[in-house]
Amino acid sequence: MLETYIPVFIVLFFAVVIAIGITFSSTILGPQRPNKEKLSTYESGMKPVGNTKERISIKYYLVAMLFIIFDIEVIFIYPWAVQFKKLFAEFGASVFVSMLIFLIVFELGYLYAFKKGGFKWD
Amino acid sequence: MGLESLLKQDGYFTTKVDALVAWARKSSVWPMPMGISCCAIEMMAVGDPKYDIARFGSEVMRFTPRQCDLMIVAGTVTYKMAPVVKKIYDQMPEPKWVIAMGACTASGGIYRTYSVVQGIDQFLPVDCYLAGCPPRPDNLLNALIMIQDKIGRTKAADFKNVKSPELELTSRN
Repeated sequence: MLETYIPVFIVLFFAVVIAIGITFSSTILGPQRPNKEKLSTYESGMKPVGNTKERISIKYYLVAMLFIIFDIEVIFIYPWAVQFKKLFAEFGASVFVSMLIFLIVFELGYLYAFKKGGFKWD
Repeated sequence: MGLESLLKQDGYFTTKVDALVAWARKSSVWPMPMGISCCAIEMMAVGDPKYDIARFGSEVMRFTPRQCDLMIVAGTVTYKMAPVVKKIYDQMPEPKWVIAMGACTASGGIYRTYSVVQGIDQFLPVDCYLAGCPPRPDNLLNALIMIQDKIGRTKAADFKNVKSPELELTSRN
């Protein structure tokens, strides 16, 4: 059973060896002439300004959380909408009402966020 | 490669390491497109299917000096731009070559003014000067072939690990 996979292992072996070999052979075979200027940061030839570890405003946290609310809502609505006709024929209006209740629960969360000032940027 | 037709029977070829390294080097010259002004348009035309720099293995224009062998300085280099060109050249790993593309780059061209460097050979070692204002794309291909010939004449031992002189960081922006 395992013998049939030997070609696969051979391919994997060569893939790994060649990938590692090519990556490091340029370091080993190529000329190394480092100096301060060469090792300095490449910023299109300009002097780098500022810090790369920029901090992102915490306000994005609220946007991300509100996005999750609508994201989950859409995830549930899509399959429901696709199968709506079939479900409606089988279960009647309760299919619509149950989704409405689900949406109201979500809208309550939305209203809560609105009342708390989650949509104010400053 | 057509070489096998030379063999009348099964066999092998022998070559020198120098020849193999030079062949590999000249067949994969990766340019750093230093497109500063109008010559850059002609440099872009070289990459299109009509002129097709890929025939010479140089289609990979790298926008970082770390992966480049050849700097194509295409355009008028002003004194304000010169430190930038120099810094990017210094950041390229050895071995490296330079094409001065166009009249402005080679000699200042029509801009005989206080603001333009009269030829980039004042601060860079230029391997190939390219005439024209701007040069035609096939002229740039000609320059590339000349650079390839030059690379083909090098030996693998020409590029040793040496401690290069410590360069001052370019502080001017």
